[in-house]
Amino acid sequence: MSDDIKKGYKRWEKEKLSPTAARRPLRKESFKTTSEIELKTLYTPLDLGDGDYLDELGFPGEYPFARGIYPTMYRGRLWTMRQYAGYGSATETNARFRYLLSQGQTGLSVAFDLPTQMGYDSDHPRAEGEVGRVGVAVSTIDDMEELFADIDLSRVSTSMTINSTASILLAMYVALARRRGIDTKSLSGTVQNDILKEYIARGTYIFPPKPSMHLAIDLIGYTTDNLPRWHPISISGYHIREAGATAVQELAFTLADGIAYVQEATSGGLAVDDFAPRISFFFCAHNNLLEEVAKFRAARLLWARIMKERFGAKNPQSMQLRFHTQTAGCALTGQQPQNNVVRVAIQAMAAVLGGTQSLHTNSRDEALSLPSEESVRIALRTQQIIAEESGLSEVVDPLGGSYCIESLTEDICRRVEEYLEKIDDLGGAVLAVESGFFQQEIADSAYRYQKEVEAGVRVVVGVNEYQIEEEVPLKVLRVDEALEKERAERLAEFRRRRGSVERYLSALKERARDGEAMMEFLVEGVELGATVGEICSALGEVYGSYESSASI
Amino acid sequence: MAEKIRVLVGKPGLDGHDRGAKVVARALRDGGMEVIYTGLHQTPEMIVEAALQEDVDVVALSILSGAHMTMFSRVLELLKENGADHILVTGGGIIPEEDIKALGEMGVGRLFGPGTPTDEIVEYIRGAVEEARAK
Amino acid sequence: MAKKTASQSDQEAFQEKVKTCKFRDVLYETISGDEVKVLYTPEDLEDFDYQRDLGYPGEFPYTRGVHTDMYRGRLWTMRQFSGFGTPEDTNKRYKFLLEQGQTGLSVAFDMATIMGYDSDHPRARGEVGRCGVAVSSLADMETIFDGIPLDKISTSMTINAPAAMLLCFYIAVGEKQGVDSKLLTGTIQNDILKEYIAQKSWIFPPEPSMRIITDIMAFAAEEVPRWNTISISGYHIREAGSTAAQELAFTLADGFAYVEAGIAAGLDVDTFAPRLSHFFNAHLDFFEEIAKYRAARRIWARHMREKYKAKNPRSWLMRFHTQTAGCSLTSQQPENNIIRTAYEALSAVLGGTQSLHTNSMDETLALPTEKAVLIALRTQQIIASESGVANTIDPLAGSYYVESFTNRLEEQAEEYFQKIEDLGGVIKAIEVGFFQKEIADAAYRYQKEIEEKRRIIVGLNDFVLPDEKVEIDVLRISPQVEKRQIEKLAKLRAERDNGEVERTLKELRKSANEGSNLLPRILVCTRCYATLGEIIQVLREEFGEYKDPAYF
Repeated sequence: MSDDIKKGYKRWEKEKLSPTAARRPLRKESFKTTSEIELKTLYTPLDLGDGDYLDELGFPGEYPFARGIYPTMYRGRLWTMRQYAGYGSATETNARFRYLLSQGQTGLSVAFDLPTQMGYDSDHPRAEGEVGRVGVAVSTIDDMEELFADIDLSRVSTSMTINSTASILLAMYVALARRRGIDTKSLSGTVQNDILKEYIARGTYIFPPKPSMHLAIDLIGYTTDNLPRWHPISISGYHIREAGATAVQELAFTLADGIAYVQEATSGGLAVDDFAPRISFFFCAHNNLLEEVAKFRAARLLWARIMKERFGAKNPQSMQLRFHTQTAGCALTGQQPQNNVVRVAIQAMAAVLGGTQSLHTNSRDEALSLPSEESVRIALRTQQIIAEESGLSEVVDPLGGSYCIESLTEDICRRVEEYLEKIDDLGGAVLAVESGFFQQEIADSAYRYQKEVEAGVRVVVGVNEYQIEEEVPLKVLRVDEALEKERAERLAEFRRRRGSVERYLSALKERARDGEAMMEFLVEGVELGATVGEICSALGEVYGSYESSASI
Repeated sequence: MAEKIRVLVGKPGLDGHDRGAKVVARALRDGGMEVIYTGLHQTPEMIVEAALQEDVDVVALSILSGAHMTMFSRVLELLKENGADHILVTGGGIIPEEDIKALGEMGVGRLFGPGTPTDEIVEYIRGAVEEARAK
Repeated sequence: MAKKTASQSDQEAFQEKVKTCKFRDVLYETISGDEVKVLYTPEDLEDFDYQRDLGYPGEFPYTRGVHTDMYRGRLWTMRQFSGFGTPEDTNKRYKFLLEQGQTGLSVAFDMATIMGYDSDHPRARGEVGRCGVAVSSLADMETIFDGIPLDKISTSMTINAPAAMLLCFYIAVGEKQGVDSKLLTGTIQNDILKEYIAQKSWIFPPEPSMRIITDIMAFAAEEVPRWNTISISGYHIREAGSTAAQELAFTLADGFAYVEAGIAAGLDVDTFAPRLSHFFNAHLDFFEEIAKYRAARRIWARHMREKYKAKNPRSWLMRFHTQTAGCSLTSQQPENNIIRTAYEALSAVLGGTQSLHTNSMDETLALPTEKAVLIALRTQQIIASESGVANTIDPLAGSYYVESFTNRLEEQAEEYFQKIEDLGGVIKAIEVGFFQKEIADAAYRYQKEIEEKRRIIVGLNDFVLPDEKVEIDVLRISPQVEKRQIEKLAKLRAERDNGEVERTLKELRKSANEGSNLLPRILVCTRCYATLGEIIQVLREEFGEYKDPAYF
């Protein structure tokens, strides 16, 4: 039968396609995805590889998990609708959290402000102008207490976008649970704790790669024993993509980071099946629907093989790639912001068709400012409509078998494997970071994309085509200017109340110098009242700081 | 031939999202300018010091975190203190319209939002510098 | 061949496993009430034959699309249905839409026009310009298309009972602009059967109605050869509450009835069949809709070639317009409608539509504002330019789910055809209320499901905002519109050559009696500014009026 199709396809190409193209030029010279994959005009059974169904796809919930990690997927449970939120003071963010929970959101996701992410307290000079801007300011355990006021930590799952200071913020969360008498074994959630992508793309690193890796792995080890339901790392392609990477680069670099963490953890003595089941991933859902769906499927396939073949994992859960998705912030436009509702809807569909475990949908006004409550609600409604009305949640991997999707999935796998080989040759992700390999690759892609947009080869509606005269629309949310002063006063008051932490900090430095386990000691420290800034500055004395080469 | 325009592209504050800064830096370089990129996590002091040292015509700042009011006004102030207020301060990021107006009144040049074609930025900087040099 | 070897036993083992899983307590049916399996695999496509069932784009059976290059050569036509108020208002809106990148026009007429009454008729009171533009004579039509060259655009007119008159108005406007009728492109809906079935805007009984239609087909084949003479419409059948399978089956059954009528009137099938087009709804259930469009093309092709012995491939291919589902929109939280419309539009594009109307978010509240119309148009442009789905043809082909769904819909349609044939054909089935009853049953079941919350509609029966005040601008029609139209008509009647009007109307009456083609006579009447109401009145007197059997 395959021969018949081969003949049929050749005939169609010769008798129909070529004459048509000769008669009527195509709309564009080439039809490439963002990853430079040249899409074919038509996919047929001929584009499916020689692989066997069971080896290449299998059944959902079974190796190699291409069709999904659970047998029933969204029939059993919908993905978690998790809107990333946080701004201003802990009290304001707490109010937004409670609003989102009341609107049917099913998990929390905390955005921290940059000082918190970079290890500065709100009253540090480097924090000036940044407090509460891109997220909530948390310097002390009391801030954490306010952030989760009237929210039951044993019932909600909390994801925290925090990396360099992940250990300290998780320590505060644990300390808060203890303060409320909640068994830490019942806590569920995620800390991002993915420091490698900070060097690659996002830039909020403090210490050099080696001690940072130590802290990251230490956190993984701690949760294995103490917070069995916690996901100690969320290996993130999102920021890599936002920095301008292609879909293939996003996946390749993220998996390379994943390999580095597993490598580091196992060589530090952890058994792969003890921690790997709680590793999770975080991807971007960009505009190109077909490419994105294929990317998510390829990610599951590749990770399953890596865990089984490279690391010898035995537990199927270690081989399952679980992932959170956020729609692409970089695909939104400041022009005609309502158009972003449309983009986000399509991107969210890609994530769901790709089998995501949780999803953040961006608000239409995010290209302009912090999202307003109304915009956040529409973003959440986008997920609810897809879940309830579209029928997408009824069937597992509904695109499975599509010639185009299967062929793209294979193509992406192949290209990612080539990158992984290259990174192995460079000595792994940590060395590749230090040599600037990732950064250069991403910068090249970002520049090419920008040039394509400017040349009009890539149309962005409202930006390089279909522009209109418009006023600046939509109400924007602002952070109160008085916040910084208020925070400084409260911190001073907090420090007065708790007394000196000098002895604790010297002991902490000693532990850091000796390379000992840190997490439990950090929990004790925050309980004593040590602040994020104090702890980071003490660790910085031991670990040193890191600045990357500024290549453009 | 006129002297090459020298631009310092700066990333002040704690934010590490440098896609925009890098793309613009590259476009300015492709536009025939001498570009100095500061790298991440710069304080206004560090930026002004580099600007003076490199004797630039333009300081272009990329700020996405919302700290623009603080950062731009501090850079202007420091330039003035050092007698270098002839240097054009411009930039871009996620900056509300009202703030753009307020910053303009303080003496900041044009500010560009997401989606601006890089050519527009190159043209603006070239025009502004040539005008300043003609004076 | 690759990826087709999931064996029976593997499939069974998986199904056994699924039985032990817990499901969310919701309906696992399509929006049409068809059961959906948790997983589709190659097993579901056992008798599938690529060449027979799919073939190649631009070739029989056209499952993969009617054009060889599909959207690579030319995008679908973005055609926003609009019209309101006076012809002047509508002319202004059209110019706006064309400036914004719309590529075709689509005229909505007011209820008076649709029912064949002039704006000054007592039955027209309160209706003038409300849900479309008021057109009573050639003069109004001239205004609507003022400054819009008819040889440069294509125009679709949603008009049925008075379709012949409006087509003549359009031809006459063309004459005034110096455009030969042979160059005009566009569509009249002219689908009277679905009026009896669902939309209920009829004037004459079925028999004379069918005569007018065959007259149009014969006239247009000679005089307006590029015009689509009927747009066989499932849209309204679906809006009336039918299922997807009913929409598909009843629409195609109507289409076959027109073909049979044409053949019975002595026309060669290949002279008129290439000018038949279709019009479908894009409802909420994403995959069901995609499967529906693909099945429709295949069924039409098979019947036209095999049953009606058409020889010209252009008679086999089914071209269609799509409109997103008005009935799926909610007046609550109207911005949620942007999301619904976005993915409904996506399903139409993935299903290979030739033109598309996307609804505006405020259409359940009032006539759409310019702002809302713009977002709706941008939705199409984003799908076309940014989502990548237009870059490869029929990208979901091969998907186990989509293909098996396509097959199933074809089977269901064939069952309905059999039933209709057993009843003695479409007109008989209308007379006994078969369609009306089937649709009423489906509509009732759907309503029940929503009321019992077995089917969730976001914002309507879940995720409700209790104190919602809808704050969006709406477009209102001033009562002045009616007054102005009446004044204009009085002036027209006073200034035109009334003797000429009398004479041409008399000729028309004669033609109606003797059975000669009505169209040339109607065209002559319109040229001397006989009004729509006057022309219709002549025919009403000769043909009689239809009375609805009122089934529920």
